[in-house]
Amino acid sequence: MTARERGAAIDIKGATKRYGNFTALDDVSLHIEPGEFMTLLGPSGSGKTTTLNVVAGFTDLTSGDLAVGGKSIVALPAHKRNIGVVFQHYALFPHMTVGKNVAYPLTLRGMDKPARDRQVARALDMVKMADFAHRYPAELSGGQQQRVALARAIVFDPPLLLMDEPLGALDKKLREWLQLEIKRIHRELGTTFVYVTHDQEEALVLSDRIAVFNQGRIEQVGTGRQLYDEPTTLFVAKFIGESTSLRGDAQTSGNETSLTIAGQKIVAGGKLAGGQKPVVLLRPEKLSLASAKTPLTAGQNSLTGEVSEAIYLGSGSKYQVTLRDGSVAIVRSSLEAAPFSIGDTVDLRWSVVDAKLLADDNRADMTMT
Amino acid sequence: MRLAPFRILLGLFCLLVAVWLVMPTLVIIPMSFNEKKSLAFPPSGFSWQWYANFFTNPDWLSSFFNSLRVAGLVAVAATLIGTLASLGLSRMKHAGAGLLRAILITPMIVPGVVLAIGIYAVYLDYQLVGTTTGFVIAHTMLAIPFVIIAVSASLEVFDVRLETAAASLGADRFTTFRTVTLPLIAPGILSGLLFAFVTSFDEIIVALFITSPYLKTLPVQIFTSITRDADPTVTAVGTIIFIATTLIISAGLIISSKSTRS
Repeated sequence: MTARERGAAIDIKGATKRYGNFTALDDVSLHIEPGEFMTLLGPSGSGKTTTLNVVAGFTDLTSGDLAVGGKSIVALPAHKRNIGVVFQHYALFPHMTVGKNVAYPLTLRGMDKPARDRQVARALDMVKMADFAHRYPAELSGGQQQRVALARAIVFDPPLLLMDEPLGALDKKLREWLQLEIKRIHRELGTTFVYVTHDQEEALVLSDRIAVFNQGRIEQVGTGRQLYDEPTTLFVAKFIGESTSLRGDAQTSGNETSLTIAGQKIVAGGKLAGGQKPVVLLRPEKLSLASAKTPLTAGQNSLTGEVSEAIYLGSGSKYQVTLRDGSVAIVRSSLEAAPFSIGDTVDLRWSVVDAKLLADDNRADMTMT
Repeated sequence: MRLAPFRILLGLFCLLVAVWLVMPTLVIIPMSFNEKKSLAFPPSGFSWQWYANFFTNPDWLSSFFNSLRVAGLVAVAATLIGTLASLGLSRMKHAGAGLLRAILITPMIVPGVVLAIGIYAVYLDYQLVGTTTGFVIAHTMLAIPFVIIAVSASLEVFDVRLETAAASLGADRFTTFRTVTLPLIAPGILSGLLFAFVTSFDEIIVALFITSPYLKTLPVQIFTSITRDADPTVTAVGTIIFIATTLIISAGLIISSKSTRS
């Protein structure tokens, strides 16, 4: 059996959850490959945790279907689903030792003691907590408790492991180390992982693919690179990584859209379906700064602005440029580029091909505040 | 240092209050070893005769065992009902829970005499006066609030999310209760049980109303004995009960303080 075969595929189809007038999940569909590391990413209240609770069986769907390994499990209660869950608050049983906690799911499954002891030792080994089997949870640090909780959730070899912001209560350094540990364990187990977080960096570090949630819907599913390079909505573009968005009076000609911003005209490839207001999205490393004298090369756009912040980062510099219409652009430049200081008047330049034309949606701005 | 005289005064005052609170109980102990058949204080001489009388006189012994039997049954019944009620109340989400809790606690607040009259009136109709059933029902009612308070305190610090975790690991609701909830609220249940036992064991007001010559509890026997003749056996009984209840209640307090700390 190869590692990947141990994970189960998950199919969420048209999942909807309503609480009275409030729609927590709005027709969500998602396919997760066997053994995949899928992260559900989004701001709080976006439906990512609801989705996890639905898969775990803690929350019933109003409508829709849910299948693990090809079989619908909508009708199964949580305790019959055989899915591992790791909670943000650890949820270790305080009256049991670490060993007893990890053995708990095996005892429930009627496993005899020698086999149980072997499995527990293996799971504790995997999370590097083998020396703590006789301690009580209260005697452990947060990071240690979460590792025990992880061991308890994988000890019964579930085909699917759900993790609900498992590192949310830990400090940054510990979090970064545990991220790598989780990645390693995922590789070794081959189990399908579904991971909930609101931290985009964590999502990029861990995931094979990321599903970006917003207001009870999935905005986009893809690899970290796809989401960063090819966002399909402004919300995704703003949630993943830094970006500059430009708005202005739009005109479409052929397969090109041009925007007029404070008297200056820029162009972007593509056009939007009728009636949608366009936004031009630019990643900081695609932008460069130049003094107004420098001639423009073909296929480049240029906007005039003033440097309002200049930060030296060691590996390069980061600038904030206030444009004439008042919007702020974020620029990252390499060390070789000529330095600028606060107050300098500069031209903000980029290649037309590097600009991304997206539909403006006020949803994106709402959640960024 | 300037406050020293004030501090000494405060200490003396506290000591006085402490003596005042404990003295009536402690007076009983030397009196129980009195040589003469009198309740005079200070006692004269030393003898174990009143203890001997308690353990040989059938009136005293039977009332003692009546009390043990009633209190034992009450402890079990009140703990069962009170624990279930606490669990239900802790899971109720709407506003009715507060009102329901208040109603369940009322037997502790309503004056004993008022309850006793009501119970007596009802018992006359149903021939429950002077029966073990009658005693157990009345005392259980009085003991339930103590169980609810003790168990609710335990549930207050119990993390319900542990039950969700148990479900995810494969435990059905009953198994979850047995392996996770019950062990974690056990200290509260145990201290509720002890308080329920003691509540019944030393209850006198209701007992005086519903007693009969055929079924007397120990407090009733003490009361009738001391009003009929000044039998110093009551001081020996008092000492025994004092020591026993002190032990039980301290055990209860220790257990419940342990549970809220963890």
